[in-house]
Order: sequence, then C-alpha cells, then structure tokens
Amino acid sequence: MNNDSINLKVGQCAATTYTVPVGPVHPALKEPIRFSFDLDGERIVGVDIKPGFAHRGIEYMGMKRNLIQALYLSERICGICSISHPLAFTQAVENAAGIEVPPRAQYIRTIIGELERVHSHLLWAGVGAHELGFDTLLHLTWNVREKSMDLLEELTGNRVDYAIPIFSGVRRDVPAEKAHLAYEALDYYKSLLQQMIDAFLHDKSVEMRTRDVGALTYDQAIELCAVGPTARASGVKKDVRQDMPYLAYADMDIRAITPADFGTEPRGDVYDNIIVRLLEVQQSIGIIEYCLENLPSGELMSIPKVPALLAALKKASGEGIGRHEAPRGEVIHYVRLAEGVEELAVWKVKAPTYSNLMAWVPKFLGDEIADVPIIAASIDPCMCCMDRVHLADAAGNKTTRMKEELVRLSREKTRRICG
Amino acid sequence: MSATLLNAVWQGLIILVGGTFLGMIYKGLDRKLAAQMQGRIGPPLRQPFFDVVKLMVKENVVPDHAVAWLFNLMPLVSLAAVGTLLFYLPLGGFEPLLGGFGDLILILYLLAVPSLAMVLGGFAAGSPFATVGAQRELVMMMAYEFPLAITLLSLGWYLSSVMPGAQVFSLTVLASNPLWGLVGPLGFIGLLLLFCALMIVTPAELTKIPFDIPEAETEIAGGILAEYSGRNMAMFYLADAIKMVVMGSLTVALFFPYGLSGLLGVTGGIWGSVIDVAFYLVKVFVVIFFAVIVVRVAFARLKIGQAARLFWLPITGISLLGMVLLMLDRIV
Repeated sequence: MNNDSINLKVGQCAATTYTVPVGPVHPALKEPIRFSFDLDGERIVGVDIKPGFAHRGIEYMGMKRNLIQALYLSERICGICSISHPLAFTQAVENAAGIEVPPRAQYIRTIIGELERVHSHLLWAGVGAHELGFDTLLHLTWNVREKSMDLLEELTGNRVDYAIPIFSGVRRDVPAEKAHLAYEALDYYKSLLQQMIDAFLHDKSVEMRTRDVGALTYDQAIELCAVGPTARASGVKKDVRQDMPYLAYADMDIRAITPADFGTEPRGDVYDNIIVRLLEVQQSIGIIEYCLENLPSGELMSIPKVPALLAALKKASGEGIGRHEAPRGEVIHYVRLAEGVEELAVWKVKAPTYSNLMAWVPKFLGDEIADVPIIAASIDPCMCCMDRVHLADAAGNKTTRMKEELVRLSREKTRRICG
Repeated sequence: MSATLLNAVWQGLIILVGGTFLGMIYKGLDRKLAAQMQGRIGPPLRQPFFDVVKLMVKENVVPDHAVAWLFNLMPLVSLAAVGTLLFYLPLGGFEPLLGGFGDLILILYLLAVPSLAMVLGGFAAGSPFATVGAQRELVMMMAYEFPLAITLLSLGWYLSSVMPGAQVFSLTVLASNPLWGLVGPLGFIGLLLLFCALMIVTPAELTKIPFDIPEAETEIAGGILAEYSGRNMAMFYLADAIKMVVMGSLTVALFFPYGLSGLLGVTGGIWGSVIDVAFYLVKVFVVIFFAVIVVRVAFARLKIGQAARLFWLPITGISLLGMVLLMLDRIV
C-alpha cells in the first residue's frame, strides 16, 4: 500500500461530482443567466456564473440621443426599477449641469420612488414564494401588490415606466385631491402588513425552506461589496438613503433596516432577506406618509420649458454622479456632458445586481440543488439592469476574459472616453 | 365460459373508461378548487380533457441521449399498472372485477410500479434534470412505502385476528367488515393514526405539493417529466389522473366502506346502486379534497432530505404506534 491511497479522504474522488446546468432558460429564472453547478449528490460544491444574455447596448443607444430622449431610455433599462434608473440618471445630469431641483419635485420623486419599493418588494416576496413551490402565497402577495400599482397609475398615469422625473424637476404633480387615494392605499398596507409577516415569517414550511439557506456572513457581504437588502440581511447597515441622503430623505431620519429590527440575529440567509424586505415595505409606507404630510408647495420644475432645458443642458459640461437606493440596492449613474452637443459624452450605469452578483457564490456553496431557485431569487436579481457587456469574437463564439485582461481593457476604455 | 369472458371484457372496458373519466374530472376539480382557494379563477372543469387531447396531437420528442425503447415504454407501463389497479378496487361499492385473483399485497406492489416506471423513464431520458428527479423519486419511494405498508398490513393483521381463516388481505373482505365497528377504544385511536398516516402518504404517492419534489418545476424543470412530451406525456398525465382515483378508492375501501342505501332503506335494485355510487364518488372526492387539494394549497414544497426525514421518523412513528395500539387492543 503506498502513501497516496492512505491519504485519500472521503469526497476526494473526482468522479462523485456531476454538473447540472441551470439557465439561460429555466423555470427558476425570471431572466436569462447561466449557472453551472457542480453537485455531490444534491449538494452544491462548485458554481460558475455566466451573465451577458440580456445585454442590449442601452448606454450606447442613450449616447446617440439627446438628453431628454436618453431619460426615457433610462426608464426602460428595467421594468421594475423603472423609477430608480431615471432618479439616478436625473441626479447625475443635474449634478453635472448644476441644475437645482425645487423641493416639491424632490418630495414627489421620493413618493414615487418609495411606492416602487413597495411594489418591487411585494413582487419579490411573491416570486420567492413561487420558487418555494408555495403558489398560494404568490397569488395572495401579488393580489396585495395590485393596490400599489393602482395607486401609481392614479398618480402618474402608468403602472410601469411612470415618466415622472425630468431634469430640473418632475413632470406631474401629486395634487391634493388625489392624496386621499394614497392614504387609502397606505392604510390598506398597514392593515395587511402583520398578515404578510405572519404568512411569510411565522409559517413553518417557509421557515423550513429559508432558514440557514443561502447564508451570507457579515464579513462576506463587506468583502464582496454586496448592496441593498442583500447586504442589510447580513447585518451590514448600508443604505444610500441613510449614508448619503438625497431628495427628501435628508429631512427624515432613515435607518438601514437589518434583521436586528425584527429582533433576530442577522444570518444573511433567505429568511433574513424576507425580514428585511417586509420591514422595508413598512419603512416605505412611513416615508410616503411623511412626504404627503410635509409636501412643500412651489413649482415642479426649475426650468419648465423643454427647449430652454435642452439649451441649458447643451451648454453644460462636466461629469456627474447620481446615486439612488433602488429596491435591490444602490444604483449609480455616471454621466459626462460635453459643451455644444445635445448627446451624452459618456453614460455608465451600475445596477445593484452587478454588485450583488458575487454574493451568489458563497450563498450557493454548501446548499442543495433544491435551494437553487430561492437562493437565485434571494438577491432579487435583475439581469437586464446589470448586463452591460457581452463578449463575442467575429465568428460569434463567446469568449472568456480573465481579470488582468479585463482590467487592461477597462483602463483603455476609460482613457479613450476621457480623451 | 366464453360468455363470462366476454362479460368480463365489457366490464373491464367500462371500468377503464369510467376510471379514467373520473380521474380527469377529479383533476379538473382539483385545479379549479385550488385556484379558487388561491384567489384565482382557474381553468374550466374539462381542462384536463383539453390538455390530453392537445398532448396527443403534439409531437412526441425523444431526446438524442435517451435510451429510446425504455423511454417510450415507461409511460405505457405506468398507465397499464394504474389501469390494472382499477380492476382490484371496489369502485362504487361493486365487487372488484379481479377481486378473486389478487389482494392488498398485490395492490401495494402495483402502486409502486408507476413510480418505478417514472424513475426508469427519467433515467432513460439522459437529461440531468430527469436524472436528479429520478433519484429523488427513488428516495421518496423508500421514504413513504414503509408507513404505507405498515398501515395496510396492520389492518389485515387485525382482521385476521378477529376472523381467523378469512381472506383478510382481500379488499372485498376488508371492505365488507369495516374495522371501526370491531375495535375497542385503543384500537379506535390506532385506526385513526393509521388513517392519518395514509392521508399523508397520499400526496407523496401522487407527487403533489409538498411532496412534488421529483418534479419540482422551479428547481429541476419538471424533473422526471422534463424530457417527456406529446403522447408519452399524455400517458403519464392519464396515469396520474387514474392514480388519484386509485388512492381515493383505496382509502375509502379501507376506512369508509359504508354505503348509504341501507341507511335510506333502498337496498338492492337500480336506485340502491345509484345512491351507493353517488355516495362513493362523494367519499373519494372528500378524501382527495383533504389529502391533496387543501394540502397543496397550504404548504411550500419540502426538500428531499426534509421529506425523507418526515416519512422515516414522524410518519413511520405514527403508523407504528397505530399498529401497536391495534395489537394492544387485541390483547386487552
């Protein structure tokens, strides 16, 4: 007997693992992405993630249009975050061009942004329930979600893509005679919130499927730069609304919500993700209420005429950054304006899913194939927000680039666009 | 002799067609009621018929990696096994057609055949999803067969101790001697526990939520059924529908074999049969309603490890306790 065979440990034999592909088209995924899981029985021992299936070149398209056209395009980066991207984008452009936004417009932007958080988190909760095979909860949650969609339609005219923010303000008012509709919807949610918490957090079968599943420790969340509810579920007190208040958030005392607010120790698992998102719905209701009660009077736009606005933007030059706490986490838009041209010189979008992508790896490892759908859903991924790159060679074959090469390529690009 | 045979063939055909029809109706009811409970409108009652017709005209795809003959054979085996099961069950209060040729033990084995056929079909499909699904189905079978066997055997054993010499494993004998009337208080509790165990095994046997782990749509895209389509899929669909009737009828025959005609004073004749058949349909529906529909609306899907633990420890425990109580009932 030689030494090699003595030192061989259980699980070292390579033949025991096999690979199961999930995606780009799979019932567990709402949008295309490809996972490749190495399985030992039902246990995940390795995972490879391949994004890039929903790349549409939207930044490039935006740079071929005038700024107001690009604004409408920014709304179409994602259907669920259809206010988050324009909010970050308008802030970036206003920041670059030095345009002031009237207080009333800031409050209205906040109201719509928080309403979006309500419906986005409820959408997520329903999807999560479906991934667990709990369709009853999916249907009930989405039924409840309709109220926020109806309210958004009442206030903006649209259920998605609200077309509310514009550079220097907002396009539509929230008139006093419609405020009672908003209060009605808020009361509806307040009365249902305890029921939702009972249905999700005090349900034995949900707890069995989500507790200690897809855990992300505090250190891992920090190390991998996770954002939004994904980071907060791990106990990281990180929220743009708290850390760098903007819009109406500066007038309120916003605190990042972690599972500690529910009275439990943060573990970063799927259960904690549910806690954080449900409590954030409650927080959003409070924010909307505050905004409605303290809605300042005044104008909606500091430059109300569109030709004047376009002219002002054409004259402006410089770079600007806009940040917004989207339902999924921090979204950042970077823009560079060049004097004398109507188009953007540079537009860079970093969606929250991009930051949370790597958090998937520790979340998946060690869990079972049965946990794949709910762990994939736990970061509330949005591929169409995130996919900014797709690599292909002339023959159409996809290629893989390693870190050094990617760094070199991105530096080259930065030099190119910064002239 | 040939007349009896012809008669049997006719009866067999009626049972097959009737059983399938019933299964489809129950499946439609299942979908409609589940939808209503979830706040949806749901499909029309005859949707399962549309589904089967549509599957029948669709292309029957056999994957390149599949073992084609095994892949194509297994839906047939599955359908044949559940079809055969119909002949051994007292449907509508009538004598089983093949009652004299097999007993509860045979039923137990026949019940395992459709699941095994699905496992083989899954492995033969050559797809990783189907393979994972087939492995899970095997684990599920190992998990729920034990409490199921304990339940059926305990009932037979009790009857054999009360009526020595009788064909205790014959469903006809079991159905005509309801145990509820024979047992004492201890045995009554034991019977209740066995009934509970059977009710929990039913959704697992039928691969319904929370035990639809081998098919788990969101996890493994239909698992065993992932590669099946067209005619093969339709056969599995029909087998599933019939199996629902089989499990319902089995529970009814073992625990609620009572008829209503005697109580209403119309024994015998056409009307007596009509009342008994109608009552039987209601009983099967009630079993399916509580064992399948309500359960699948109220729970999330379990993981395979959780389901296996559930059956090996608590459910097996419940059925063993039921068996011990039945034994004690005879001793005391």
